Amino acid sequence: MSLLEVNNLKVNFKTYGGTVDAVRGVSFNVNHGETVAIVGESGSGKSVTVQAIMGLIAHPAGNVQGGSIRFKGKELLKLNKKQMREIKGKQMSMIFQDSMTSLNPTMQVGKQISEGLIYHQNVSKREAKVRAIEMLKEVGIPNADKRYEQYPHEFSGGMRQRVMIAIALACNPDLLIADEPTTALDVTIQAQVLELLQDIQEKKDTSIILITHDLGVVAEGADKVIVMYGGMMVEKCSVHELFSNPNHPYTWGLLESIPNVYHEKKERLKPIEGSPPDLFSPPKGCPFAPRCKYAMNICMEEVPDLYDIAEGHSSRCFLNDELAPKIAEFSDAEELV
Amino acid sequence: MNQGIIQTIDIKKHFAIGRQQLVKSVDGISIEIYQGETFGLVGESGSGKSTFGKTIVGLTNPTEGAVYYEGSNVKDLSKKEQQRVNREVQIIFQDPQASLNPRMQVGDIIAEGIDAHGLAKGKQRKERIYDLLERVGMNPDVVKRYPHEFSGGQRQRIGIARTLAVKPKFIVADEPISALDVSIQAQVLNLLNDLKDSEDLTYLFIAHDLSMVKHISDRIGVMYLGSMMELTNSQKLFNEPKHPYTQALLSAVPVPDPTISRRDRIVLQGDPPSPVNPPNGCKFRTRCPHAMEICSLKAPEWKEIQSDHWTACHLYS
Ligand SMILES: Nc1ncnc2c1ncn2[C@@H]1O[C@H](COP(=O)(O)OP(=O)(O)OP(=O)(O)O)[C@@H](O)[C@H]1O
Ligand SMILES: Nc1ncnc2c1ncn2[C@@H]1O[C@H](COP(=O)(O)OP(=O)(O)O)[C@@H](O)[C@H]1O
Ligand code: SF4
Ligand code: SF4
Ligand SMILES: [Mg+2]
Ligand SMILES: [Mg+2]
Repeated sequence: MSLLEVNNLKVNFKTYGGTVDAVRGVSFNVNHGETVAIVGESGSGKSVTVQAIMGLIAHPAGNVQGGSIRFKGKELLKLNKKQMREIKGKQMSMIFQDSMTSLNPTMQVGKQISEGLIYHQNVSKREAKVRAIEMLKEVGIPNADKRYEQYPHEFSGGMRQRVMIAIALACNPDLLIADEPTTALDVTIQAQVLELLQDIQEKKDTSIILITHDLGVVAEGADKVIVMYGGMMVEKCSVHELFSNPNHPYTWGLLESIPNVYHEKKERLKPIEGSPPDLFSPPKGCPFAPRCKYAMNICMEEVPDLYDIAEGHSSRCFLNDELAPKIAEFSDAEELV
Repeated sequence: MNQGIIQTIDIKKHFAIGRQQLVKSVDGISIEIYQGETFGLVGESGSGKSTFGKTIVGLTNPTEGAVYYEGSNVKDLSKKEQQRVNREVQIIFQDPQASLNPRMQVGDIIAEGIDAHGLAKGKQRKERIYDLLERVGMNPDVVKRYPHEFSGGQRQRIGIARTLAVKPKFIVADEPISALDVSIQAQVLNLLNDLKDSEDLTYLFIAHDLSMVKHISDRIGVMYLGSMMELTNSQKLFNEPKHPYTQALLSAVPVPDPTISRRDRIVLQGDPPSPVNPPNGCKFRTRCPHAMEICSLKAPEWKEIQSDHWTACHLYS
């Protein structure tokens, strides 16, 4: 049994402009000690997917329309608020992109860590403080005793992100969800934070869901990848397969649009033309069809199913149908790897 | 090439904050930007890239030092000449949303500069707007629409069209693609590259993403805490970085290739120091793996260590 099993998850939001189908059928598993990356353009449904797992979709505007989310075999969608709170923060926790707005600006940083410990672990105030200081040390904050008493604005962006990680890890969760944890950080600080996450994972066998738009971060830090487009999971595979045997035309486009720093010659970049779909009026068929070089008639009419490509590799594209024309191998795959 | 369109002589920009405290955002930079090149500028957040860019285009006056445009000190030019420089030297910002007036139609946004400088009227003005839209890859039908009806990438194109309208020669592009999706970044980068050739432009391109900077730039300058640390052509900077900060910065970039293992990564310890209180001597010494005694005593000189390869580090003096 996997630690987390998400099956055919669907989420929509009712807004003044109409209903937004933010997530339209996402399925994946997270095993113990594994890192699963989610990539995709902004608005493709990455954050909503993990918010649904954390039970953060706010009613009545937001609705989980269907599917199932099983954590350690337990169906999360059937739990009430209190049962969900038991799991959140204790067995799974989340860190957000924007550490400034997710930390409480009026509360000492250390207290924000010990509060969770007192609430979830039933420890005394004094014990919680000792453990919080230990956590600050563990995430690499120097002068942890002094820092305990400071406020978020006295910390740099990278240090605030470490504090977020400390809060998320304080109760030793089995699953850590990180929504673009390094997007707002400089590369040198990003390297520190990613290294920290990897160290902790190695030590504690934590499973991680990592949302990022940086394919470099995926290549270096993840085991499996989910590629999302227009609210759908369009490809799912191991990191190695993503780079060596990508199947979906959107994934091809994504891989082709990043420059290769190892190339001496400056080749023209190959962007994906057009813009992402408007989720208020998504295309009737394949969400990628309006931008896809290979789109066929059926692509405009029907949403493709997931096709199994190989063990643990599936792709939502009609080109995998027996009757579809065969596209010459993804031309740049070799060059990229 | 090799004729400077822009030259900065020991530019400093200091801001007073609170009582008697100074942020030395730009702290003595002397570089030359060649006619027709793309000069990439990288460095951590707060290192002074935007402040330097704004000083070059005259949006803010330097505390000390001088900016030369096409060989003359901008400050010494006549009012009329300065107006010409103001038109020929332009800046594009990161956030296409914030820099376009939401209540103006696209056509009028693009014509802002044309109107301000009185460059065209009536039919000519209209034709110019259509032509500009075409140049940035947009359909001329959009003139009557409003900014919110467009995606981030399209808004950036509108902003670029507005900038081109005044026929600039030199453009500071301050993180023009940072707010965009990867696939859209490539569209805008290609557009900027094409325009550089067709409109005879020179760019100062400020960015975070080192692989994108390398792709677009001829030469790259690396800033840290208000100072330039290294400057050379982009291939050389990536292949043989000399300055320890450049080495660390490049090695921190994650590589989109799972077959390459990065055991050799230099992970810098700690955060960059505050620009209010930078370390004496070499500003990088508190995080430098090679720091020596002299590094705290004396600031390293900005020196050309090989032809067109500049760096400020005691290891090379
Ligand atoms: N008007 C101002 N008043 C006071 N300090 C300022 C002002 N403008 C910039 N600074 C300070 O100058 C330093 C450099 O800022 P700048 O915006 O140039 O950095 P940057 O390299 O462009 O960073 P980023 O990558 O985050 O855009 C920072 O410490 C900043 O806080
Ligand atoms: N609370 C909300 N109310 C209405 N729409 C929302 C809400 N949260 C997200 N959405 C919409 O759902 C879609 C997916 O959003 P999100 O998951 O945040 O994308 P991303 O992949 O960038 O994380 C977007 O169209 C977004 O505007
Ligand atoms: S299903 Fe059709 S439109 Fe969609 S990605 Fe595949 S070929 Fe392109
Ligand atoms: S001058 Fe000294 S501290 Fe500065 S980069 Fe060179 S070796 Fe490091
Ligand atoms: Mg998001
Ligand atoms: Mg800036």
